[in-house]
Amino acid sequence: MNPALEFVVRLVVWLLLAPLLPGIINRVKAWVAGRRGPPVLQLYYDLARLWRKGVVVSTLASPGFIAGPAVAWVAILGAALLLPLGPLGASPSFRGDVILLVYLLALARFCTAWAAMETGSAFEGMGAAREVSYAVLAEAAIITAVLTLSLQSGSVSLCAMLAPAAGPGAALLAVGLFTVLLAENCRVPFDDPNTHLELTMIHEVMVLDHSGPPLAAVLHGAAMKLLLFSVLLVQAVLPVGKLPAPAAAGVLAAGVLAVGVAIGLVESLLARYAFRRVPLLLTTGFLLCVFALLISWDGGGA
Amino acid sequence: MNDATPFALMTNGAALPWGDVPEWPVGEFLRATGAELDRGGRLSSLFGVPEGDALRLVAVVAFDAWNTLAVGRSEPFRGSYPALAATHAEAHLFEREVWEQHGVDPRGHPWLKPVRKDHGAGPAVGDFFRVDGREVHEVAVGPVHAGIIEPGHFRFQCAGEEVMHLEIALGYQHRGIEEAMVGGPHRATFHQMETVAGDTTIGHATAYASALEALSGTEAPLRTQWLRSIALELERLANHTGDLGALAGDVAFLPTASACGKIRGDFLNLTAVICGNRFGRGVAHPGGCALDVGTERAGRLLAGLDAALAEVERAAAWLWDSASARARFERTGHLHAKQAAEIGVVGPAARACGLVRDVRFDHPAGWYRIAQVPVSVWPDGDVFARARVRWLEIQRSGEFLREQLGAAPEGEMRVALPASAPDSLAVAMVEGWRGEVCHVALTDGGGRLRRYKITDPSFHNWTGLALALRGQAISDFPLCNKSFNLSYCGFDL
Repeated sequence: MNPALEFVVRLVVWLLLAPLLPGIINRVKAWVAGRRGPPVLQLYYDLARLWRKGVVVSTLASPGFIAGPAVAWVAILGAALLLPLGPLGASPSFRGDVILLVYLLALARFCTAWAAMETGSAFEGMGAAREVSYAVLAEAAIITAVLTLSLQSGSVSLCAMLAPAAGPGAALLAVGLFTVLLAENCRVPFDDPNTHLELTMIHEVMVLDHSGPPLAAVLHGAAMKLLLFSVLLVQAVLPVGKLPAPAAAGVLAAGVLAVGVAIGLVESLLARYAFRRVPLLLTTGFLLCVFALLISWDGGGA
Repeated sequence: MNDATPFALMTNGAALPWGDVPEWPVGEFLRATGAELDRGGRLSSLFGVPEGDALRLVAVVAFDAWNTLAVGRSEPFRGSYPALAATHAEAHLFEREVWEQHGVDPRGHPWLKPVRKDHGAGPAVGDFFRVDGREVHEVAVGPVHAGIIEPGHFRFQCAGEEVMHLEIALGYQHRGIEEAMVGGPHRATFHQMETVAGDTTIGHATAYASALEALSGTEAPLRTQWLRSIALELERLANHTGDLGALAGDVAFLPTASACGKIRGDFLNLTAVICGNRFGRGVAHPGGCALDVGTERAGRLLAGLDAALAEVERAAAWLWDSASARARFERTGHLHAKQAAEIGVVGPAARACGLVRDVRFDHPAGWYRIAQVPVSVWPDGDVFARARVRWLEIQRSGEFLREQLGAAPEGEMRVALPASAPDSLAVAMVEGWRGEVCHVALTDGGGRLRRYKITDPSFHNWTGLALALRGQAISDFPLCNKSFNLSYCGFDL
């Protein structure tokens, strides 16, 4: 296929499919609770509605208030494009792209926190403080997971790293990455995506003052980030890269669906943790990644 | 209790001539009130009665252990008086209220500021206690909240995530209910009483009805008293079930949250079986009501009750069996029993601190003189204890209803209410689902209402919430708030 065309197709897939995952999670939650629940496509309707709306900007806020969500959205999209999709690989693939991916995610977080601070609201400052404190631990876990994959494959390019399965430490890595996924995407037990209580929010409170298209960018960016982490998790654990293209696409889709269902079940059956216990849980996720690293180290020696 | 008390003694739901209430000069009266409190009394109400351009203070002290109420009053005075709050924290909000309503100055009051009134800009705009320090920041929440709840302003002084102090500013729903009562009862009065706090419709209406019945020297027919207790326990079931669900919802524990929202509706629908209204409007009319529950409807109530109780038992079991939910409830929002006693906390919030306080048990009136409900107590004082007390009360109210629905006394539902006695004081207390609802009615020479004082349990308990928040994470505020679940409009009147 023409590389330019392939890039466009990939872009469209990421942009269009991302809002489906939160809809699936909500469906699972509604099913467990015995409710009918919102339509699976609800986020698409919300995005369309927000896109048509005007923007309310505080007189105190600098242009960073609008630039923050925009840059964050582009950064997440960029990170998503770096991620290989099974045997298709990634469109821009180079040595060390995994490091760029980690930094793009960090940039997105920085921009969200920056835009939050722009409002000068006590709530948003509080949310930004929480987000970055927990990010310290979550990022350590991601970097350890990346190290594990890198050590196994002897490469620092995502395509090469994700092609084989995670090897002996796959189960540990899967649980560790799933924990990070929940924390990074503000799901239960770290955060409650459904709450309306500003004082208990982490991520949501940072975007309370956003409206219209910037809020749409925030919500869409969050959906892409969720999909990104799900795809990363599935590929880190299953040898998707080694399958023929149709099978790989099927396994990838089924894997992402399974992750979505798992998130829905966690949210249905588990209460949210107190903030003081969040670091403990994140450290557990980090340690699981460390153990996976140690196992792959040993396996590499043998 | 020895007989040496200088106050006039009475029971719940009784009246006595205004002239029989002993009076002292105001300073001496407050010292006497303080002495009563020191002897184990609890300040149920303290309010002013205008006398020309002067003011009398009236105190209602409840001696729970002796099932007795003690009433005293001051001689008319002007200007200022030595604050009781300086020595007895229970009085602090009452004295602020008297200051706001009548302009008399409690000398030495530690924190004198309006209770409900604003100065044109809303209660949130005023003086708040401030903590200084480099790491300290202030968080203002409300009066407009993210959920569909009543307006109130919360001002937190925080060091990082830790709350050092919380101050609550209410008054957005002040409607002037007490002022509207003067010269009454008017035609609208009964309906106003039902909406003092919409979720305590039966509690407040029952208190109002017994106050009027006491003033007119009659008692509602036994069958009416029976019906009121049925409705009151249904109100408790509905609200406690809703609270358990809301507590689960606040910690994102969906199974119980989803189920309890539905079961609360079932209990409300049972109330509608009695009177056609889900919140029990019209059940507790003074002198009785035309509504009656015959065998057929009692059977429907019993069947519906059994189904709903079985469901709530299942939903509660999910909550208690979930380690993650329990971990969130335990050791969160702790209120010491000593503090709770000092500030006069009532209802489930007090019982969750191990304090045995229940009007149905301590000052039984109406049907509760005949059928008792055990007092549900839990010792820990945290969110878990408050949830647990609610669950115990759900079970016990369920048992009470199962027994009493088949034990209706025969007889009339309604008596004609004679005119109220002139110059009389009546006190009526009801254990609403939130705690002690206290109504004090005073008539003038013509038997019309001269002063009507309502004390909603929230009036006592908001301070308890503020204290429970000290040293807690600010992110736990919504959970603590829900565990008290206090009324804004019941406080604001």
